[in-house]
Formats: sequence, structure tokens, C-alpha cells
Amino acid sequence: MRRVLALALALAALLAVGCGDDDDGGGSGGSGQGGQQQRLIVSAAASMTEALEACAPGFGEAEDTEVRLSFAGSDELAAQIRQGVKPDVFAAANTRLPDELYDEDLVEQPVEFATNEFVLAVPADSDITSVADLTEPGIKIAIGSESVPIGSYTREALAKLPPAQEKAILDNVRSNEPDVKGIVGKVSQGAADAGFVYVTDVNATDGALTALELPAAVEPEVTYAASVVKGAKNPQDAQAFVDGLTSGPCGQALDDAGFGSVQQ
Amino acid sequence: MGGRHFPWFPVLLAVCLAAALLFLTLPIVAIFVDRSPAELIDSLGEPGALDALWLSLRTTAVAIAIILVVGTPAAYLLATRSFRGRALLVTLIELPLVLPPAVAGIALLAAVGPAGILGGTIEALGIELSLTTAGVVVALTFVASPFYLRQAVAAFATVDPRLLDASRTLGASEARGFMRVMIPSALPGLAAGTALALGRALGEFGATLMFAGSFQGITQTVPLAIYDRFSTEFESALALSAVLVAVSGALLLSVKLVAGGDALGGWDAAGSRAAR
Repeated sequence: MRRVLALALALAALLAVGCGDDDDGGGSGGSGQGGQQQRLIVSAAASMTEALEACAPGFGEAEDTEVRLSFAGSDELAAQIRQGVKPDVFAAANTRLPDELYDEDLVEQPVEFATNEFVLAVPADSDITSVADLTEPGIKIAIGSESVPIGSYTREALAKLPPAQEKAILDNVRSNEPDVKGIVGKVSQGAADAGFVYVTDVNATDGALTALELPAAVEPEVTYAASVVKGAKNPQDAQAFVDGLTSGPCGQALDDAGFGSVQQ
Repeated sequence: MGGRHFPWFPVLLAVCLAAALLFLTLPIVAIFVDRSPAELIDSLGEPGALDALWLSLRTTAVAIAIILVVGTPAAYLLATRSFRGRALLVTLIELPLVLPPAVAGIALLAAVGPAGILGGTIEALGIELSLTTAGVVVALTFVASPFYLRQAVAAFATVDPRLLDASRTLGASEARGFMRVMIPSALPGLAAGTALALGRALGEFGATLMFAGSFQGITQTVPLAIYDRFSTEFESALALSAVLVAVSGALLLSVKLVAGGDALGGWDAAGSRAAR
């Protein structure tokens, strides 16, 4: 028994050392699988879930590729890419993250493909009618955490309010959610009374939530940008997908979901 | 040993154990590699990290206290009485064990969330659960209690009933027998269950995020703080992970030591008891 144990430990140690070397060699082994149907992995901001799910199958059929969508907060997707995860396309809810990754030589030149509107979401039967109502004590607000685009847009917008109003609103914040879906979930379940999201998220709730517009002076400009990831296994389809975000079925799906088009 | 044939079976066993060891320990080792204890302590000085740790310890302690106080007598009842539907009851209690955390979060919202079936009642009582520290405790208790209950039922079931009979014969009430005979006899199993529940509660993520949200010092436990930092401060997230591993490990070990005997023996005893 003791011998078996010793052998197991020695093997584990050997394998552990082997794994260390394997890191560099692993990449070349992975690219060898070309024969079958192509696969396109798209990492996209959570706010595009409904729109991209609607158009991805059509895109896949047209390009004869299997599209795999992965939705999360843009910042998390960017962090995954920084940790060496290689999707083919990165589509973010801002321009800052793709620009940063471009500067770090991790993605190709980003393309701005859509705009969105930053709004206050409240339940359809809510008494809240404007941002000013959020200062009332006892109101529960859900916003995005600082690192996710919706969270930085929120802080940017609140900073343009009078300081007392900004502070009163921030004092009512009860949850910093990792992505926009978390905010929508908290508001539609009644856990929070209001949350700052994109108008497309409110549209996707089929009337459960109402979007309240912000005064033009405080509303941040929300622009989405996408890049082909450097070292993508399927760069051709990735480029076609990025191009297709402004035209074709995915451009149309974004349009239908309420996204705006980029002013050139 | 030393037979004419190649000892393929022991070698196969060793290879499988090696694979399991490697797969289970490598990710944990990776958390600690390249980080000195000084760096770990530094990362705790960062705002929010200590808040998260303190909140995790507090909420876990309260959840475990509730689980022990309510769960121990409940498990005793299930283990020592036979009645119709007992198996069904045990299965119901164990169900959260196999619930994905996201399902637990949704289920809690649907049951005791503001729009849930008991939401109105809870609100009428003036209690607020979602987005509060109390909500974190509810989430932890919900996901962790089956781990304790399951072990506790098994532990009580294997105590020789004659021990309790003997204490009765000597004039002790059932309550006294429960406290003085059953609990000490079942202690290794109860401790193992506590350790499992502790680990589950400390690591709880999905149900907490969905039901209680994430707010520094109020509902942002260590796993949520790690997730929050993952995108922007990977190093800090790693450091916090290392602290969580260390704290969980230390808690596990101390629970086993409290259970009496040597630390490893506690597991063995519990395992073989449960299996019997």
C-alpha cells in the first residue's frame, strides 16, 4: 500500500513538472483541428444577449459555421482575454475596453457598431417618475459595479448631478451587480425599486419595466465596439461577424432590439 | 509483491490517484505560487477585502449556528423514529444538495423575495431579506444545511439504540439522553457535517448574488468580492482567494480537532459510520 502511495505521489509530481512545460506547446496542438465544421466563439456584453441570440443561428447558417455566444459583463470578458482565453470576437458595451485590449496588442482595431441609450429602469407600476425621486430615503437602487461599463456610465452620469443629489442617490444604492442582467433581475423581482440600465434591456422585459429618460445634460454617450481577437482560430468568420454587426441579420437584430446606429 | 507478472493493478491504482491528486491540488497550488505571505497581508489592507472577509465570517457563523440548533434535533428525530413518508422527508431535505446555486437563488427569490409567495407576509412582519445581510444568511443557510442534516441523520442512525435505552433505564429523560448520550456518540459525524456545511457556506456565490446582491460590507461576501475584482484587479482577486482557502482550511481543521481524536481520524470515523 505504501509503495502504491509513493508511486502515486511521484507520478503526480512528475506530471506537475510536465504540465509546466506543456503550457507553450499546448497552443500548436489546438490549432490542428481544422477538418470539421468551423466554430466561431463570440464574447459579447450581456446587454446584447437577446439581439445576438436572435441573429447568430442565421449568421452561422450563411457562413457554415457554428456560432457560440458567451455573454457576461464586458469587463469580465476582457479579463478573460487578458488571462489568455481566446474567443474569436469581443463585442463590448463601451469603446474603452476594446481600445485598451488593442493597445495591449490582444485584439485587432476595434470597430464601433452600435449605440445604446442609458436610462433609469423602474417596474411598470412604480411611483418613481424621474431621477430626482431616487433621492428619497428608503428607495433601493441596483447599479452596475464600478468595473462593468454600465457601472461606469452610471457613475459618470451621477457625477453630473448636483453633489447633494448624487450623494443621496449613491446612499440608496443597495447592490453593485456584475452585469446589466443582474440589475434588470433585481428590479423586475422587486428586490430593488430602480436601476440604471440600457434602454434595450428594458425593451427586452416586454413591458414589465419602464424606461425613464435622463436629462440630456447628464445622459452619457453609450457606444459599443467590437474587435477580432488576435490569435483567433477562425479570423475570417470573426471579421465577417464584426462587419455584420452594422449590416445583415445581426445589424437588423440590434436595430430591432432598440440599439442605435453609429453616426459616422 | 515481487511476483512474476507486472503488477498492473497497483500501478493502475497509483496512476488514478496521481491524476486525482494533480487535478485537485494544482489549481489550489496555483493560487499560492508567486505570492509571499506579506503580499497576501498587503492585499487585505485594500478597501473592501477586510469588509468582505468579516462579512463572510459573520454570516457563515450565524448560518452555522442556525443549522446546528435547528438541524441537530431535526436530524435526531429523522434518525430515531420510523414513520410513513420518512424516506420522502429525508429526500426533500437533501434536495438543495443537488440544486445548482443559480436555481437556489431563483428559488429563494420566488419564495421569500419581495415578489415571492411569502414576500407579502415577510414584508408585513417588517422583515427585509433581499439585498440585506439577513438575506445572505438565508442564502447560506439554505444551501449549507442539507450538508449538515444528511451527515447528522447518518451519524445518529448509527449510534447503538441500546445506549439510549440504558440511559432511560437509569431514569434519564429522552432530552437528557439526547444531550448526554446521543450527541457525544454522534459527535464525529456531526463535526464532519458541520465542516462540510461550513465550507459550503463560506464558498457560497450564486444564490447570494441573485438573492442578496453585492454591496461592500452589507452583502458582498468573499466569493462575491473575488468575482468583483476578477476583471480589474486579478492579483487582488487571487490574494483574496488564497485567504479564503486558508480560512476555510483552518476552519475545517479546527472543527475536526474539536470533534476529538486526530484531525484525519475524524473524517475516517464519520465516513465509515455513514457508510455502514
